[in-house]
Amino acid sequence: MTMQEIIEKTNSFLIEEFEADASLITPEASLKEVLDLDSLDYIDLVVALESNFHFKVQPGDFLPLVTFQDFYNYIQAQIEKKAVA
Amino acid sequence: MNRVVITGMGIYSCIGKNLQEVTASLKAGKSGIIFDPVRKEFGYRSALTGWVERPSLKGLLDRRSRIMLPEEGEYAYVATVEAMKNAGIDEAFIAETQPGILYGNDSSAKAVIESTDLIREKKDTMLVGSAAVFQTLNSTVTMNLATIFKLKGINLTVSAACASGSHAIGLAYVLIKMGLQHCIIAGGAQEINHLSMGTFDALGAFSVNESEPEKASRPFDKDRDGLIPSGGAATVIIESLESAQKRGANIIGEIIGYGFSSNGEHISNPTIAGPAKSLKMALNDAGLQPEEIDYINAHATSTLAGDASEAKAIDEVFKNCHTPVSSTKSMTGHECWMAGASEIVYSSLMMQNNFIAPNINYQNPDEDTQHLNIIKSTTEKI
Repeated sequence: MTMQEIIEKTNSFLIEEFEADASLITPEASLKEVLDLDSLDYIDLVVALESNFHFKVQPGDFLPLVTFQDFYNYIQAQIEKKAVA
Repeated sequence: MNRVVITGMGIYSCIGKNLQEVTASLKAGKSGIIFDPVRKEFGYRSALTGWVERPSLKGLLDRRSRIMLPEEGEYAYVATVEAMKNAGIDEAFIAETQPGILYGNDSSAKAVIESTDLIREKKDTMLVGSAAVFQTLNSTVTMNLATIFKLKGINLTVSAACASGSHAIGLAYVLIKMGLQHCIIAGGAQEINHLSMGTFDALGAFSVNESEPEKASRPFDKDRDGLIPSGGAATVIIESLESAQKRGANIIGEIIGYGFSSNGEHISNPTIAGPAKSLKMALNDAGLQPEEIDYINAHATSTLAGDASEAKAIDEVFKNCHTPVSSTKSMTGHECWMAGASEIVYSSLMMQNNFIAPNINYQNPDEDTQHLNIIKSTTEKI
């Protein structure tokens, strides 16, 4: 899966399921601020990643992720890790 | 002691999605019962049910609030929005008065089953998502509505099977009368889905007159053969008279008596002494004599034993009063956890609009019900 495909798929479920304002989603924007994430929302992000990309999020994985680009990069890394395994 | 009044009502039921629709259905004697093929396929003995579509809340509530609500919570939200509007209460009133919420609910079966199935399939609890725990609580309605409407008073779910809604209103009356609250949002909610009623169907308590759904619920009739499950939600806004008068609220009715009893002998076989005791207690609390009562909205669910016991209890307490009686369950089916609350709304609508709704499908009495003055067709009451 290319980075562009990851971005499109990710933005799609963030807009559809998390009702994110599409105009605010940019690579540099803050994931937490744009999605207005609270502790419960992070649980739903875990579910969304599992159902859309079929990998399991490990505890602490989200901690270093700040921007949307960080999020896309994380997803790409997990997909590649799974492919190697 | 405070006087206690009802200042607002809201309803979402199989005979109408708001007060106006429900009033028209009550007057017309319209049934809300259907045949649900999903239940038959699932293994139900009876596929009859009251039915109303789930409301669409997108655009009305944010995502977080929406995903936390199970089916019965959605019904309760819609009924409560209507009740608050009907009562004329807003955010400023809520912030100042700090109302509580007491709601009858005794299951959230669909949410429990579906989330457990998901955990079983995924073998990872986190993949059930953040909302499941809040949907599966028995207190899901009160927990969610208190958050949505910013309620900071008492927050309590009443689980008492088919008396849940009645007790929610009765307990709200007691708390306001005692001065512990000045306003309480009270009501009852009941889920309608094939996952929630299979265990009840197992008892053989449901009518099997599947060829004529609208005629199947026939409380007090000699040919009754069981109840029909149903659901939705009903909400009433209950206030102290002082609070209502202070803000110039429209007063729909005053609650002047509350009675209750527990069978204490058998978990499902009804008695005559139980309902008779609660009727006498409510009359005593109100300081009224049986002959002063204008109408009885019976619990009668259309079961052989239940209706017979209730008829005998009414006859014992109201003997020779010829008090008009009808069971609106003839139209709605048995709204279970919601029923006590919805029937307060139905009765209040009758009072507001000067009529008694009919006990549809009542054609012939049996020896137990023959002494009651059962209203067969809509009756004007001035």
